[in-house]
Amino acid sequence: MDVDTIPVFVMGQRVEVPPTLTILRALEYAGYTLTRGVGCRAGFCGACATVYRLKGDPHLYFALACQTVVRPEMYLAQIPFFPSRRADYRIEDLAAVPATLFTLYPELLRCLACGTCSKACPQGIDVRSYMAAAMRGDLAAVADASFDCIACGLCSARCPVEETQYNVALLARRLYGRYLARRSEHLAERVREIEAGAFHQGLAELRALDEAGLTSRYNARDIEA
Amino acid sequence: MAYTPAMLESIARVEASRPARLSATFPRMTPQERDEVLRRFHPDYIADATRAIRLGSCKGDRTPLELAEVLEAPPQLDPETFTLQDSELKADVLIVGGGGAGAAAALLAVQGGASVLLATKLRFGDANTMMAQGGIQAADQPSDSPVTHYLDVMGGGHFSNDPDLVEALVTDAPSVIQWLEQLGVMFDKHPDGSMNTIHGGGTSRKRMHSARDYSGAEIMRVLRDEVRSHPESIRVLEFSPAVELLTDGQGRVTGAVLLDLETREYKVVSARAVILTTGGGGRLHYQGFPTTNHYGATADGIVLAYRVGGKLAFLHTMQYHPTGVAYPEQIVGQLVTEKVRGLGAQVCNIHGEQFVFPLETRDVEAASFIRECQDRKTGVETPTGQPGVWLDSPMINLIHGPGTIEKELPAMVRQFRGFDIDIVRQPMLVYPTLHYQNGGIRIRPDGSTGVDGLFVAGEAAGGIHGSNRLMGNSLLDITVFGRRAGTAAAAHALEQQPGALTLEHLRAWNRERAELGLTGGRPAPILLPDYTRHIRAVRKEPLVPVG
Repeated sequence: MDVDTIPVFVMGQRVEVPPTLTILRALEYAGYTLTRGVGCRAGFCGACATVYRLKGDPHLYFALACQTVVRPEMYLAQIPFFPSRRADYRIEDLAAVPATLFTLYPELLRCLACGTCSKACPQGIDVRSYMAAAMRGDLAAVADASFDCIACGLCSARCPVEETQYNVALLARRLYGRYLARRSEHLAERVREIEAGAFHQGLAELRALDEAGLTSRYNARDIEA
Repeated sequence: MAYTPAMLESIARVEASRPARLSATFPRMTPQERDEVLRRFHPDYIADATRAIRLGSCKGDRTPLELAEVLEAPPQLDPETFTLQDSELKADVLIVGGGGAGAAAALLAVQGGASVLLATKLRFGDANTMMAQGGIQAADQPSDSPVTHYLDVMGGGHFSNDPDLVEALVTDAPSVIQWLEQLGVMFDKHPDGSMNTIHGGGTSRKRMHSARDYSGAEIMRVLRDEVRSHPESIRVLEFSPAVELLTDGQGRVTGAVLLDLETREYKVVSARAVILTTGGGGRLHYQGFPTTNHYGATADGIVLAYRVGGKLAFLHTMQYHPTGVAYPEQIVGQLVTEKVRGLGAQVCNIHGEQFVFPLETRDVEAASFIRECQDRKTGVETPTGQPGVWLDSPMINLIHGPGTIEKELPAMVRQFRGFDIDIVRQPMLVYPTLHYQNGGIRIRPDGSTGVDGLFVAGEAAGGIHGSNRLMGNSLLDITVFGRRAGTAAAAHALEQQPGALTLEHLRAWNRERAELGLTGGRPAPILLPDYTRHIRAVRKEPLVPVG
């Protein structure tokens, strides 16, 4: 059985690949053994950030290679590594106040709100909008709006004023999670009970049962609706 | 990539039965029914898919054929010619593997006063942890207790689990959640701060904590950032997988040899303790299944530990996640989180009929899907011949209110939308996929292995889950035992002097191979699957989905 193929260009080289493949699989089909620009292969790790053009079309397109199907006359380039700055900090030394973001990432205030970052985001996150929230110091809004970020770095690669948006967002989320989200009282209470040994006896009782005894306890357990 | 007309016809039947199904979920199986469906349809029960290992400390144990092959393989290094020049890289604790277990171990080893070198195959954080969607279990609700969690874990594992490890898992769980909360992990919470927890397959209480459907990604990126906050005591080496452990020649592990994937040079590391957190082996594609696993999941740690005398546990059992993507073909085998069923979505066959309780344990659920397609012939077939059953996601908004799917499952919505399928309005087609290594290297509750100086944590460890892991106990296991191994390895390291660096154990290994008449074979650990060659071999055939 012959496989129908379409032409794509990998870093300038023309190769024929089946039209049903993702960009990642097409690169492998073309003979590349990947170590850079590949990771989870399921859209969660951000390793396979890809830039492409289509023939006759002036636009640059951005995608995750593992989640995007090839198209005829696609000109492909992966971004294997993009240098970016992560500020030095220890989360326990910080305060959840607007100044924390500006102090650690002073370039934040240079943002032009041009929106190039949002156009580049393969997750469809409105990066410009969360950067505006970051400039207002609204940590909760940054945390919420940036949550689906996979840190592929395309926003930063495209930014004309050299922001590292995804690191700003990561810091905002950690500040929110540690300092602003309300603490779980039942969790703290349970940790105290465990430290006081409240469950030693219950566990010892189960551990003393033989398999038949444990099986019957398991089959008879009540299940929360 | 939208659904075909034949699939849409079947979806119409799913929609037609939906109003009645909303108030009537298929009943749970009896213990006898569970045993029967497992025995007849679970891949672990296919006798000729496993074989006995012919050498090493667990000679005679059965594992899948593909795993047996890498376990018996020749090493990459030749002990007769490889020069162990003075190592430039030294650390108190060497951690091999940059996922959640490795990061947790690094942080606790530093707390214990050790210096850490963390070596990882690809980028730091490229790991199955990052891909875990559904959540993490911990018995912290007032209606729950670690005792109840213990019973669920043991029952889920068919009572074969190591009780000491299960007790450690359930007892540490709430404090691990609290640790993650303090590091800044954004768990799904109610406005009063209490945890928004749901059921998973085989849980008797709602104890699944989540962070939308990016639970593992959220935990991994926070742990990674925390590791990066300690550059003075943790050095991270990316693109540097371990190809062999080193011993002092007397059985104590003293370091490792890494391969730099960029320069193809070897790097020798001297360490006073080594922790393997290399994850599982889904990329070995047992029985030809596609997998949810990360590209680097090639069972490296199992191979390395076995050659220095580590003991295997439960490596005859693998977890097939019931809901792998069955359509579209580009993402076949990728994960559809169990959270979809936790939120109330039922499973239907081609006629729109339920055939199984949606939250049986994963092994039972997966076996039921296989029975429906193979035995009862009531599955749906895609244009490439891939079988599947419907996971009725639109039910979720009908049960919990409009917008729930979009808020709770943004990654799933996004992934399917990329292929013109709207899971808010249409069900997903799913089929079991290779997901998890239930077993691994046998450990004690402190992560030690019985091999002096060697610790293991995370998916590479075995015994915690017996022969079947419950959803949400893997993110828990990597943090609980990652932390424990980090603490224990630091304490061990600080009592030791650096040892001699030798490959003596490979001489013994090669002798044993020679005595058995084993010659040649592809060296292991294999480090990465070879999809290039695989595709070339079948270029004139339909492509096999690999995920």
